[in-house]
Amino acid sequence: MTNLKPSSEPSVADSAELLAETSAEAGRKPRAGWRMLLPTMTPWLAVGLGLIAAITLFGLIGPLFVGDPRTIRDMGLTPPSADFWLGTTQTGQDVLAQLAYATRGSLQIGVIVGLLATALSAFFGIYGAYRGRVVDEAFSLFTNVFLVIPGLPLVIVISGFVPAESRGLWTIAIVLAVTSWAGSARVLRAQTLSVRNRDYVAASQVSGERPWRVIVVEILPNLLPVIASQFVFAVIAAILGEAGLSFIGLGASNSSTLGTMLFYAQNGFALSLGAWWWFVPPGLIIALFGMGLSLVNFSIDEIINPKLKNLRLHRKRARRAARLERELAQAAPQVPSQQTKETAR
Amino acid sequence: MSYFLRKIGFYAVALWAALTLNFAIPRMLPGNPVDILLAKLQQRGGQITPETRKAYALLLGGDDSQPLWRQYLDYLGNLFQGDLGVSVSYYPAPVSEVIGQSLPWTVVLVGLATVIAAVLGVALGAFVGWKPGTWLDSLIPATTLLAAVPYFWLALLLTYLLARVLGWFPLQGGYDVVLTPGWNPEFIASAIQYGFLPALTIVLASIGGWLLGMRNMMVSTLSEDYILTAEAKGLSPRKILRSYASRNAVLPSVAGFAISLGFVVSGSVITEQVFSYPGIGGRLLGAVSNNDYALMQGLFLFITLAVLGANLVVDLLYGLIDPRTRARS
Repeated sequence: MTNLKPSSEPSVADSAELLAETSAEAGRKPRAGWRMLLPTMTPWLAVGLGLIAAITLFGLIGPLFVGDPRTIRDMGLTPPSADFWLGTTQTGQDVLAQLAYATRGSLQIGVIVGLLATALSAFFGIYGAYRGRVVDEAFSLFTNVFLVIPGLPLVIVISGFVPAESRGLWTIAIVLAVTSWAGSARVLRAQTLSVRNRDYVAASQVSGERPWRVIVVEILPNLLPVIASQFVFAVIAAILGEAGLSFIGLGASNSSTLGTMLFYAQNGFALSLGAWWWFVPPGLIIALFGMGLSLVNFSIDEIINPKLKNLRLHRKRARRAARLERELAQAAPQVPSQQTKETAR
Repeated sequence: MSYFLRKIGFYAVALWAALTLNFAIPRMLPGNPVDILLAKLQQRGGQITPETRKAYALLLGGDDSQPLWRQYLDYLGNLFQGDLGVSVSYYPAPVSEVIGQSLPWTVVLVGLATVIAAVLGVALGAFVGWKPGTWLDSLIPATTLLAAVPYFWLALLLTYLLARVLGWFPLQGGYDVVLTPGWNPEFIASAIQYGFLPALTIVLASIGGWLLGMRNMMVSTLSEDYILTAEAKGLSPRKILRSYASRNAVLPSVAGFAISLGFVVSGSVITEQVFSYPGIGGRLLGAVSNNDYALMQGLFLFITLAVLGANLVVDLLYGLIDPRTRARS
């Protein structure tokens, strides 16, 4: 991946411009600038947003409605029933209650790490590319080195050296953020390089704006969709990474996340005792949340990835053609459909 | 030629960074291996004297009395002699020997699974991307579910369904322990049977990324002028798909191999743990839980070296197959 020379790649600005041009060709007013940066609503985007909303709500208000997840009862490993919707663990704890608290824990770490990693990547990606020359070279070398060093083994080694008692939530969050920002920094650098040479950036530089103002006011708005998509990726990666760490017993101490649930399920022989209700739900929540985030990212991707701009245009054209076809079919039902297609094009 | 020199230079820097990181981690972090081991010894009722402390410090190679740069030079010197220290949990085996034993398992498992996932994913991606906007496109979001599934959970699920409920595969391990490892057909058959589930996990979890990357590249390649020319010449769609579109679209996937390798190695570490597979990942986690710091660092170094080496090879190959990269640098 170190091969892709970013400077020659087109950027978000280009694809927004293209979209504006095509709608101008069609004789309609182009959409407002900021709306060009919003994804078009597709069924998949709706599904993604729905999944995210449902799971976030479950994590936020679920714990208010369930009992204490740590209560021990004398009914170990009972399958789902009316009293315990998701059954009980080996020590008779309510799986649903644990799931609610664990979802909250996982979301919390996901958001913290997502923010930290995005901030790091924005600094190294955008600032480096904006300053150019030596700073850019140094930052990009640094980024690439971090990119090729495998993250999880590094996290495992670091967590192994930190004693369990000082392994808090923030330690884990910082370790995960430090090992996961490099990929997005590269993407941001590529986008910044293509934006920073535009005329309006040069104009504001010439008029004596301070570097930080140029970055925040002129460059950053163009990168917002990219940053949003990188943030979404960072959240997925963080939740997965934390779950992996907790699963092998190296997570934050005293925390309850979906990973720790799986850790206890594995160590409580849920698998060999056939207690599927114990280990299936936590993983399913992670998978569905990750799927929701990726679906949202797909829609963002169609804006920020100039390679996919055709897809968006194809879809728009197809939709318009279908509409025209329907109108024509209503106006003149006897016209063969092959011909209507030709006209619609 | 400067392209290759640049690449080799970059990987030399990355190698140095990895070595230094490996040196710095134990010294920067709050936990001191010697203290942790001594505390363990004390819990079991052992006598702690200053001599014990010194002995442990020497055993772990961290002699605090010397200045830091001296320790660093010693560390680099030992590395170049292939001396990674002595493993505590497999005492008295040296770390390099423990790594050597577990290496073939991981290389075969992860290597085969990655190649299968890459080939299948790229082929499927080319097929799906060939017709953008059709029903095949709706396959794409489904693969995101696979990509978002935690490796180890997928492993648990597969084990539950295929090994426990259906009983087709053994629950865990790398081979039937009755057999002695060697190049005989029974052992290889048993290794394949035991390795099938871990491999399936890795393939399923990583195929989505390949598919998506290839499909995105196909969509953009299809709008190139040379595709239009090929169509105008009246070439058959199969020929255009094979020789014109996919050959060009696959290039970034080759470059992306480097990054995906890091992910696959990371994912397989935990997958191996689920299956108690006798590979590098299982050893790494074993070393962490046994406070075997020398083995831990040795394994980390080794994994990093392997990933760096694979990346270097891919980058150099990429320079060969895509002349544009050489021209641009």
